[in-house]
Amino acid sequence: MKTRYTFGGDEHVYVEIDDEMSLDAFFKSLSMSNAVRAANIDGVTEICPANASFQVRFDPDVISPDAMMGRLKEFEQVAVNAEKRLKTRIVEIPVFYEDPWTHETLMRFRERHQDPNGSDLEYAARSNGYDTVADFITAHHSQPWFVSMVGFVAGLPFLYQLVEREKQLQVPKYLRPRTDTPKHTVGYGGCFSCIYSVRGAGGYQMFGITPMPIYDPEGSVSYLKDFMVFFKPGDIVKWKPITRGEYDAITDAVEAGTYQPRIAEVDFDLDEFNADMRGTNAKMLEALNDA
Amino acid sequence: MTLKIKNPGLSTSIQDLGRPGYFHLGIPMGGAMDRFALRAANTLVGNPEEAACLEAVFMGPEIEFQAEATVAVTGADLPIDVDGNPVEGWTSFKVKAGQVLSFGFLVSGARAYIAISGGITTPEALGSRSAYPIGALGGVEGRAIQAGDVLPVGKVAGVGAGRSVPTELRRKPANPAELRVLPGLYWHRLTEASGTGFFEDEWTVAPEADRMGYRFKGGKPLEFVDRDQPFGAGADPSNIVDGCYSYGSIQVPGGTEPIVLHRDAVSGGGYFTLGAIISADMDLIGQLQPHTPVKFVRVDMDEALAARKDRKQMLQRIREELS
Repeated sequence: MKTRYTFGGDEHVYVEIDDEMSLDAFFKSLSMSNAVRAANIDGVTEICPANASFQVRFDPDVISPDAMMGRLKEFEQVAVNAEKRLKTRIVEIPVFYEDPWTHETLMRFRERHQDPNGSDLEYAARSNGYDTVADFITAHHSQPWFVSMVGFVAGLPFLYQLVEREKQLQVPKYLRPRTDTPKHTVGYGGCFSCIYSVRGAGGYQMFGITPMPIYDPEGSVSYLKDFMVFFKPGDIVKWKPITRGEYDAITDAVEAGTYQPRIAEVDFDLDEFNADMRGTNAKMLEALNDA
Repeated sequence: MTLKIKNPGLSTSIQDLGRPGYFHLGIPMGGAMDRFALRAANTLVGNPEEAACLEAVFMGPEIEFQAEATVAVTGADLPIDVDGNPVEGWTSFKVKAGQVLSFGFLVSGARAYIAISGGITTPEALGSRSAYPIGALGGVEGRAIQAGDVLPVGKVAGVGAGRSVPTELRRKPANPAELRVLPGLYWHRLTEASGTGFFEDEWTVAPEADRMGYRFKGGKPLEFVDRDQPFGAGADPSNIVDGCYSYGSIQVPGGTEPIVLHRDAVSGGGYFTLGAIISADMDLIGQLQPHTPVKFVRVDMDEALAARKDRKQMLQRIREELS
């Protein structure tokens, strides 16, 4: 990992922790960007952590670009020495895989796909060496995921799976992006899963849909009353496969204001995880099941 | 006081100076694409510079006033009409109760800013009235204006008619438009010859040009330095591990058509960016029509900061002229 500092015009400093994705790079970017936030530097207007990088937007009339970059470099050593430990939460997200709505959409945009004759899941299963779609779906939901970035559009989480690199699922994006994606689609591109928080354009493969809203500008969803965006970087997610019947029941409960996502508070320790991935995951899933 | 929208035009939305502070959640700052023109329009009618105005793209709306107000229109050259009588742009005028403000065909530029004394007072979302339809924030119920909307306007006495911004302070893009670029971000992904070619080529604004971003075409495809793609980046040489995007950053998916992200930018993604348009020139992009020829001009940080200072001084001169 070699950290690279560069300017994005005269109002941004972009810090690339590593050019490849890893949990180590993500942890360093999160801990550096948290330290920058805590330092409350005059002139800083936005601090945006990403998967293996982060960006600071600043007002060059308040702090000069060189001074800004210099301040950011001071936090690198802090991040290196920081304990790679996170007090966070694990959240269960219900997913209706192979649902009719994403299926209708993927059929509409078939000419933009690598495999015009199959579905996105069939393509993803095959390109990752799984015999059946069902096996691939199991691989997608059996181990938890880290929210490594929130963005693209309002409240959309990017998720990175907590498994060995050789077990990571990798799926190319659509050849040409779609102009439409149903709201709450669970997608996949590169080594990242995502949830489309709003309806719109998108290039990720479509696997299913969640009935659980994660962005609520109107303030009508009971568990999003405090803030309209559900996810933040560092959250941990467990996908839970559900049937059409469960999908409809959760949709009704959200509507009635009675749905409560299943959430447990957990401590995540990167060294402990690297030493025993399955064991660490099992402990977190146990906490979730007890919640 | 209220405004009745009889015809919304092509795409007219409520905009102010936006909602910085939520980009880390994917919510862009939004606000006027041409912030200079919005500040000038508000100054002309005696509003605070950040008051909410209407941003009209290519075509003006038709608005009936329910009470008298002072109005100014800046930005694009869009002929202005009050009940059949032409009035000047970049100059304050009165509209009486019952009168209708309308517009002729676009002469130049792309976005007109319509300021009304008192400012539009629709509810704020995350500290701004700017419409961000993708996230259903601000504007009128999260959207652009529609026929039949009734927009509330603040109650003020209003300054007089005939206040005008001197012609030399009405900032507009040149032809061909020159957009200054500070190379950076993932600039190192380009071969040297390709980086030079980017600045030598003449580009034109593509039809896909909106508040999220402006696309350009006509230049040579870019060439990338050979490498094994890093884990998680994706197979195309223009791909990176998804990172944050800067406002004004220039991404070139597949190396073919550059896209400059603007006020309603997506906050991140998986395409390399070769640098960013300097802050002083972001407003100019908001005034570019499709098919306009454009040159990208390479500058360094000192030149970017000098340009930023020049623009601030122009704004200061407008404030002094109208104070």
